[in-house]
Amino acid sequence: MPKDTMIRGPVYVLGDNIDTDLLIPACYLNLVPTIPEEYRKLGSYALAGLPDTFPKFACNADGTTPYPIVIGGRNFGCGSSREHAPIALGAAGAKAVVAESYARIFFRNSVATGEVFPLESEQRLCEVFKTGDEAEVDIAKNTIMRLSDNKVYALKPVGAVAPVISAGGMFAYAREIGMIQP
Amino acid sequence: MTITEKILARESGAKIVTPGDNIWVNAGILLTHDVCGPGTIGIFKREFGAAAKVFDPEKIVILPDHYIFTADEKAHRNVDTLRAFVKEQGLPYFYDPGTESYCGVCHVALPELGHVRPGETIFGTDSHTCTHGALGAFSTGIGNTDAGFILGAGKLLVKVPQTMRFVLDGEIPAWLSAKDLILHIIGDIGVDGATYCAMEFAGSAIAGLSIDERCTICNMAVEAGAKNGIIAPDQKALDYVNARTKKPYEPVYGDAAAKVASERVYDVSKLEPVVARPHLPDNKALARACRDVKVDQVYIGSCTGGKLDDFIMAAKVLKGRQVAIRTLIVPSTRTVERGLDETRIDGQSLRQIFEVAGVEPIAPPTCAARLGGPIDTFGRTHGNEVVVSTTNRNFIGRMGSKDSQIYLASPYTAAATAVTGHITDPRDL
Ligand code: SF4
Repeated sequence: MPKDTMIRGPVYVLGDNIDTDLLIPACYLNLVPTIPEEYRKLGSYALAGLPDTFPKFACNADGTTPYPIVIGGRNFGCGSSREHAPIALGAAGAKAVVAESYARIFFRNSVATGEVFPLESEQRLCEVFKTGDEAEVDIAKNTIMRLSDNKVYALKPVGAVAPVISAGGMFAYAREIGMIQP
Repeated sequence: MTITEKILARESGAKIVTPGDNIWVNAGILLTHDVCGPGTIGIFKREFGAAAKVFDPEKIVILPDHYIFTADEKAHRNVDTLRAFVKEQGLPYFYDPGTESYCGVCHVALPELGHVRPGETIFGTDSHTCTHGALGAFSTGIGNTDAGFILGAGKLLVKVPQTMRFVLDGEIPAWLSAKDLILHIIGDIGVDGATYCAMEFAGSAIAGLSIDERCTICNMAVEAGAKNGIIAPDQKALDYVNARTKKPYEPVYGDAAAKVASERVYDVSKLEPVVARPHLPDNKALARACRDVKVDQVYIGSCTGGKLDDFIMAAKVLKGRQVAIRTLIVPSTRTVERGLDETRIDGQSLRQIFEVAGVEPIAPPTCAARLGGPIDTFGRTHGNEVVVSTTNRNFIGRMGSKDSQIYLASPYTAAATAVTGHITDPRDL
């Protein structure tokens, strides 16, 4: 899990039911995330499944993204169990997703891998923000603020998985509580 | 407690569990395949050490099935990674694509091989692992990190889901299949209607379904966001399991008075064939209301719609008829493939019926087009085709091309559509 609890930068805005094929198309699933070079490649293909009318997400010259914050609507990350989805976002350099609700496995994989913070907004933000808006997420305070007008929107508290998130993922958590050897 | 709660309680050593509890649950089976296996192994080695041993070789099943018939180099390297791991760990249940033991689609093969047993827990690195609830197991999809954790620790932190019960009563009308039932349900509750929940299916209509058809229903539970789908094991389920495994198991049943989050009752005798229109599985429409949709290709296959019963249904429609458009038949496993030759309708094998009807040459068993996959994957779409498919997802880009339009349907409706070239209610043929 990214340790910094303040995330600042431009947002990338998506709608409802952003599925794992949009997040990382199946033709890139031959890449194995635990191999560092293929991990970076996965990042460069993050959100490559979006229709061409969307701006490219991982558009930096080195295959990373200028957008550390992704904003979505309902049921973000639905579809397959591929962990490649949160990994692609994390590998591209995204730090947090702020969505109205999540598909279970995507949320779980985000928490377990520690690749991105899966945050839930109180309000539907995908119609409030535009791609490119500068924003600041404060994880300690559960807020996201738009920097152009300093408007603050509330995020939901993380709930039962908070200990796993603050430990930094599944393995770190299990070690912390003595479930597996250090 | 419901059946889901009882299994989780037993496998966590607790007397009682309540929805929302986070508990450590023992893994009965860990299933993985060629897409997620190598990453899972990578995490296992990184976290538990290069010399670590898996928690129990008897409980690990590796069924490569996704990118098998492809020239893609990385896909082959990934299967090699699995082979090396299996050898190093001495794993008995590896169904190697290079050998006689290759099976095909993991979710059809797992129950066929006797690895699904009522009352047990199954974790798999594929969202459609929920299929196996059809035999009364708690079965759910997980990611590589969780799977890597299980490989070493043999257990996983699980949040106990609430149960949504679906009671399907009445007699199933002719030309209606399990696929129609689950498309109706998903259409009603939406693609996030069961998020974090267990979907439990019961009622006389479920009791009347074959095991293949029950698998179709549980397979698609994840399309409504569910953690697992489950059906209490009746004699039919127990007979199916007993014919395939000698391992002891103990079925679990829910309490009649168990608290559920919701209950919906359907009279299936009143339901009609449906399709899910692009681009979401809950975009339900009556098949007969979609007559105007011209179709370029029909696909009958995958873990949802490529089982023997699916091909029997398709053959009932195609017998003595000709397909008007490109029609792909992809058996999900070798056993199903053999079934195409061994199952006969009025003396004709299913394979003969399909060949006479003019379908494309029958492909070897794999997930093939259902997932998109490498550029040379069989049946992958490349343009703006309209496809009617017996698979489970119709997201944008799901079968390869971003421009193709996918309609999900039952094998009956898909076959009827193949005959006419436009979406067709099988009762109208
Ligand atoms: S057929 Fe599709 S859903 Fe089923 S195992 Fe293969 S890729 Fe997964």
